Amino acid sequence: MTNPSGIGQSVRRREDFRFITGNGQYTDDINRPGQTYAVFVRSPHAHATIKSLDLAEAAKAPGVRRILTGKDLAADKIGGLICGWMIHSKDGSPMKAGGHPALAVDKVRYVGDHVAVVIADTLNQARDAAELVNVDYDVHKASVDVGLTQKAGQPQLHAEAPNNTVYQWHLGDKDATDQAFAKAAHVTKIDLVNNRLIPNAMEPRAAIGEFDRGSGGYTTYTTSQNPHVARLVMSAFIGIAPENKLRVIAPDVGGGFGSKIFIYAEEVVCTWASKKVGRPVKWTSDRTEAFLSDAHGRDHVTTAEAAIDAAGKVQAVRVKTIANLGAYLSTFSSSVPTYLYAPLLSGQYDIPAIYCEVDGVYTNTAPVDAYRGAGRPEATFVIERLMEVSARQLKKDPAEFRVHNFIKTFPHQTPVIMAYDVGDYPASMAKALEMADYKGFPARRQASIKRGKLRGIGFSAYIEACGIAPSKAVGSLGAGVGLWESAEVRVNPIGTVEVLTGSHSHGQGHETTFAQLVSSKLGIPIEQVSIVHGDTDKVQMGMGTYGSRSGAVGMSAIFVALEKVIKKATTVAAACMEVPVDQVDFVDGIFEARGTNNKMAFGEVALQAYVAHKFDSSVIEPGLKEGAFYDPKNFTFPSGVHIAEVEIDPETGVTKIERWTAVDDFGTIINPMIVEGQVHGGIAQGIGQAMLEGAVYNDAGQLVTASFMDYCMPRADDLPSFDVGMTTTPCPSNPLGIKGCGEAGAIASPPALINAITDALGHENIAMPATSQAVWRATQQSALRHAAE
Amino acid sequence: MKVTLTVNGQSVIEDIEPRTLLVQLLRDRLQLTGTHVGCDTSQCGACVVHVDGRAIKSCTALAVSCEGTKVITIEGIGTEDHLHPMQEAFREHHALQCGYCTPGMIMSSIDIVNRKGHKLDEHTIREELEGNICRCTGYHKIVKAVGAGAAAMAKSSA
Repeated sequence: MTNPSGIGQSVRRREDFRFITGNGQYTDDINRPGQTYAVFVRSPHAHATIKSLDLAEAAKAPGVRRILTGKDLAADKIGGLICGWMIHSKDGSPMKAGGHPALAVDKVRYVGDHVAVVIADTLNQARDAAELVNVDYDVHKASVDVGLTQKAGQPQLHAEAPNNTVYQWHLGDKDATDQAFAKAAHVTKIDLVNNRLIPNAMEPRAAIGEFDRGSGGYTTYTTSQNPHVARLVMSAFIGIAPENKLRVIAPDVGGGFGSKIFIYAEEVVCTWASKKVGRPVKWTSDRTEAFLSDAHGRDHVTTAEAAIDAAGKVQAVRVKTIANLGAYLSTFSSSVPTYLYAPLLSGQYDIPAIYCEVDGVYTNTAPVDAYRGAGRPEATFVIERLMEVSARQLKKDPAEFRVHNFIKTFPHQTPVIMAYDVGDYPASMAKALEMADYKGFPARRQASIKRGKLRGIGFSAYIEACGIAPSKAVGSLGAGVGLWESAEVRVNPIGTVEVLTGSHSHGQGHETTFAQLVSSKLGIPIEQVSIVHGDTDKVQMGMGTYGSRSGAVGMSAIFVALEKVIKKATTVAAACMEVPVDQVDFVDGIFEARGTNNKMAFGEVALQAYVAHKFDSSVIEPGLKEGAFYDPKNFTFPSGVHIAEVEIDPETGVTKIERWTAVDDFGTIINPMIVEGQVHGGIAQGIGQAMLEGAVYNDAGQLVTASFMDYCMPRADDLPSFDVGMTTTPCPSNPLGIKGCGEAGAIASPPALINAITDALGHENIAMPATSQAVWRATQQSALRHAAE
Repeated sequence: MKVTLTVNGQSVIEDIEPRTLLVQLLRDRLQLTGTHVGCDTSQCGACVVHVDGRAIKSCTALAVSCEGTKVITIEGIGTEDHLHPMQEAFREHHALQCGYCTPGMIMSSIDIVNRKGHKLDEHTIREELEGNICRCTGYHKIVKAVGAGAAAMAKSSA
């Protein structure tokens, strides 16, 4: 019998009712009795010393309760913000990180840096008073350009990091790589910029801190993807309160995309200040603050080379990247351009030697950290641009060239850490070629040319490492935390089930997909299942949601806890039916005593577990509740092929995406509807990166793109509908066979689109974002070149 | 100063600062927190409500400018037992993920149907949704939902 709410069904989302009726509860929707409002005084300069801070006038303004600065934080021994991943340079030295105070003490290092906080009875009063804070700055030259910041004579951000260099890291076998290049029949070399992005979840960040004098405990309501990590960092490192005196609640969260993983100054300050003010303290970011102070993404400058032998096989890849980390190291920033990047440079290809060097550098810009894909889009952009350009230079079909170089046997150990467990790359390519009607492309191109248009097609065969990650493995690479996930399954006496998960849902639909797993395993209707997340007082511990890990790791933890529940319930059922436990089968929610007519439904067994009348409680413990901490055995390796087809109007540079084909292998799929939605959203963000979005700082370090008027977000009329298909090789390293789907679209799509645009233009490269203006300029260069020829 | 208006059929009289925005009145005074604020430049559409039957961005309207008007918010369409067809279409077509842009999307979509009719092609829907930003869905399923919701609205009003 097919369970209509089981695994593999497109169950409509259970969380949607509250969202479509306006009953969601996001942090800014929460108002606490007596709450006050915080407004941060932010630096208008990219780089300056604070000569003096005059609070007198602001303090006298109506409604003002407190104005707090970095000195107050220091006086209370509140520590700075941390970076939780230690990277060692190639010479073995630990990364050189400067301090990151939640409120600046003497220097400000980017526009938007936190100088003071004004707390008043109303938001308008706090805003008005913040205008009266008088800061006297000694303004310094800023170091803004990622390519220049390490050069002699550049302004220095942190004394701890000479030449603004945090680390000079490397991965792979340099000698083997150099030898392969020496022997190569063909070398492809390309310079790439992975443009800086601003995440822009639609819900701006927000925080409410509340101190309870009675218990001496704090509660923080915050827009977090990982409330337990926030609690851990605020307790163990920043020192606001011990964990048992700090509750962190992440209620409905309106999108994250990585930017809400991190522990920011604002939630730290609101929590700490709530005790000083004696009232709850609420802060809600406005959009410009979000542009200025949310951690940004990407921002790499890279030179990449491929060594190719006479048979058209890639024998080595050599990459040098400078990664902009911004003005301070954000929570996981150090890991993104290193261990989340270089290990993916093998892509889907059997490449014997890879060597990658990465310099992480400071600039006077907002901190840069994980943004949807985090390192893997950057790696995919490198390898997929290299493959495309190589195919063109060698005059080979780009699809055939890729297939020729695909890994075809598994498991496959790459030269850069990763051991791919399973995949069928030719299968996804074949399906994508068919769905995209690749054979029909030449005719479509001719039709476009007849209409005076340029048409191009571009491929991206991506791989990503998800399910991050085996704790021991990431620990050996410098991670400060383990990356398991927790689950607790509480069965109530009447057979309803609450699942407490350490994963956090901020759009992914866990209340539906996780309940589908429970419904499938226990054979009970989905209506009997509730998913609880996002509150450290309810869920004991968890690592949260990022890196496409909630299916592969979070659901695996639930799976293990459910197995324990079934095992325990089986012993209860056996005792009740007076048969040996090995005579009891559990099928579709029914415990059956084999060879008899005796059966008990799951709910009946739950009740018996709690009334405990029918078994010896010295042998079987009453109750039905089990937990699990699941540590993944390996990363998971989702993969696939995206094909973009574009038509360019050379008169205007307007690029129309005519077709978008995505074929992904995510392993087992719990809810196809939700997975499609994740793919669509990821592609949209990748198209945004490739065509529309780009953070721009001017030489003085002012963010020129600090609003939706200036930073081009993808809108409905910028995008096509997408053709999404699947192939499936179940993941062998977790019990459900799940690989993860949250980031794939954003990882795959930028190189597919740039490959299509450059194919249409007949150019080797075009910088992202390839806006209409940039494309038009490129067409003019082509026209000039043709005229000259 | 005093402002008098009707919100979701209920008459409201509030004493407010003149600089109070309509969205602040709705969210902070009336606790109608379904209307969201996603930007401060009138670009994102998370705050869209209907004023006298027309969609507006409530982050850009002073509350006092709405004196005497009839305001409908996301909380004022449909009931728990009988959702508005556009709400139903958004759920059926998985047109939302984090849900933050959703109330504004739905209010704009109803307005599109009111202005453009019940038969909407993809191009029209995409053009008309230009003032509403969604970061999660890539719009694919929103576009499907708006088309289906528009058709369903024809049936429900017939």
